[in-house]
Amino acid sequence: MSRPRYGFWQVILWAVLCAGGYALILRFTRGLAASTNLSDEFPWGLWVGFKLFSVALAGGGFTLAAVVHIFNLKRYRPVLRPMILTAFLGYSMFICSLIIDLGRPYRVWHPVVMWNDHSVMFEIAWCVMLYTTVLILEFAPAVLERLGWQRALGCLRGVMIPVVILGVILSTLHQSSLGSLYLIVPGKLYPLWYSPLEPVFFFVSALCAGLAMTIFESWHSRKAFSKELDPSLLTGLGRVLAVALSFYLTLRFIDMAHRGVFHLLRLPRTETYLFLLEIALLLTPMLLLFRRRIHHDPTALYFCSVLTLLGFVTNRMNVAITGMEASSGAYYFPKWTELAITMSLVASAFAIFWLAVKYLPVFPPARQACQAAQPERLAVPSAVPEFTHAS
Amino acid sequence: MSKALLYDATMCIGCKQCEQACATENSLPYNEGIATEEKQSDHKYTAVLTKGDKYMRRLCMNCQDPACASACPVAALRKTAAGPVIYDEGRCMGCRYCMLACPFSVPKYEWSKMLPKVRKCTMCPNRVDSGRQTACAEICPTGATKFGERDDLVQEAQQRIRDHPGQYLPHIYGLNEVGGTSVLLLSSVPFEQFGYPGDMLTEPMPLLTSRVLSKVPDVVTLGGVLLGGVWWITNRRSEVFAAEGNDATADKKRSDDENE
Repeated sequence: MSRPRYGFWQVILWAVLCAGGYALILRFTRGLAASTNLSDEFPWGLWVGFKLFSVALAGGGFTLAAVVHIFNLKRYRPVLRPMILTAFLGYSMFICSLIIDLGRPYRVWHPVVMWNDHSVMFEIAWCVMLYTTVLILEFAPAVLERLGWQRALGCLRGVMIPVVILGVILSTLHQSSLGSLYLIVPGKLYPLWYSPLEPVFFFVSALCAGLAMTIFESWHSRKAFSKELDPSLLTGLGRVLAVALSFYLTLRFIDMAHRGVFHLLRLPRTETYLFLLEIALLLTPMLLLFRRRIHHDPTALYFCSVLTLLGFVTNRMNVAITGMEASSGAYYFPKWTELAITMSLVASAFAIFWLAVKYLPVFPPARQACQAAQPERLAVPSAVPEFTHAS
Repeated sequence: MSKALLYDATMCIGCKQCEQACATENSLPYNEGIATEEKQSDHKYTAVLTKGDKYMRRLCMNCQDPACASACPVAALRKTAAGPVIYDEGRCMGCRYCMLACPFSVPKYEWSKMLPKVRKCTMCPNRVDSGRQTACAEICPTGATKFGERDDLVQEAQQRIRDHPGQYLPHIYGLNEVGGTSVLLLSSVPFEQFGYPGDMLTEPMPLLTSRVLSKVPDVVTLGGVLLGGVWWITNRRSEVFAAEGNDATADKKRSDDENE
């Protein structure tokens, strides 16, 4: 029954990649004016928003590395590698979109030698470089196991704890400093989002997004690769996500109360509606996740994780685009080229994830029975097609 | 001592000679068409705005403690001791954080070029270094734009407001805004009418981020110690379990607990 649909999704994947490739050529042959709707009034657009949430989705990498290696909760080990891989892909998407977005991409290495330690962007540049290296080291065992290089594996195990600690610290700095980027624009970012606590919000939301991403991926991997995970793991993650989300939302609420901005919600503006959408997308899964019935239903957990992820995507886009529009006096909506490049980056990440899961020991070995039952499922091009199963 | 510009809108006659002199100084095109563009852009670093019989100049404020310079990851933008905020195009990688960070939205970008640069008034740094006035101040026929020591210009502006209280708003724009700027403005009509933001912070914008950035070394040190300590405790615990040969039992018990 599924074969024609795989064809359909493959067509979509290739269409997105082709459009993205063409848009990429336009970007590098015609320049930013021809390939984006950015302007002097609106210098940061979709690609910056995309960078913000691709890193947020990578939050699962450091969260689970800390849980497994530092807090020694070994039962979460099966979901660690997929999350490290996700984080690595998230950071790769960040670097790709940064290179595309930079006016002079060939100077992307400048922060290595040209320092300005007063700059948040400088700190981000260094954290991205270092943490991407950490992620490569954290994921290397999967490749080395596959290659059977035991000695290299042994060396890597010896330094793993310091590497993990470094990774957690770098992530803490980096996730929060993406929020700090916006501390310097008190007059520009709409007050529903501008807050001196922005770095804290970005950090806590990266934790939440990371947990949601873990649930999201485990569900897809189970469907696509019959990699059966212990359901109790996801139940545990769901509970932690409920608590983390309620902490995050309470913090946002308290902050808004202190800043006295609730009256803004009475204004019939785009900002109000998109803010309410963002909060609704986060509040709904939080409330659902406190229900016992949800914990033991993988599909319901999955549904909650999708809502949470959409909530944080909305949040990052609101900070990067919605909240900056009013003060800029310009209207911004991304050009098709911006959308195509962003979508093809996401599609590539899905495809690479699928290939990695197929050829590397990312998930724990699948149970024989499951594999025998659904062999043709391995032909799914990416996790995307499985959206249709969500209902 | 740092140099500054004092622009007195009440003395301006809107002749736009400052625009032309600025274009010449920076090797930019200037013609009738460009003269009518009432905004700063990648080819127009200063603009004279007209509202009825009132005029107002827009140009880079060359802040005392500039947000753009603190934002730039590669230190392409820099405040010199003499006053100008200068741009080193050889460093710039085009992240455009300066454009976002600038409270006056001054930096512009060459969007249509393949190798774009950030463009803004840099207060004629070569002229200032050799002891000359900026091009705009030198050409100004009425003295509306005046170049000098910032402290002297502040005193003069205060004196003008005292001498002609009816003629001016009692506000020197740039004296305290964002910790002070090297361009000071006097006007008879509110600055907001010409797009200058009102209600600016009186502390330098870079403080907003440096307060957070200054905590980075502490986070690294304390985080390292804390995480290392937690690992030491948890690792010790599992070593003890392993030594007592009940690692598996303990793990199983723990996971059973959580399943309930």
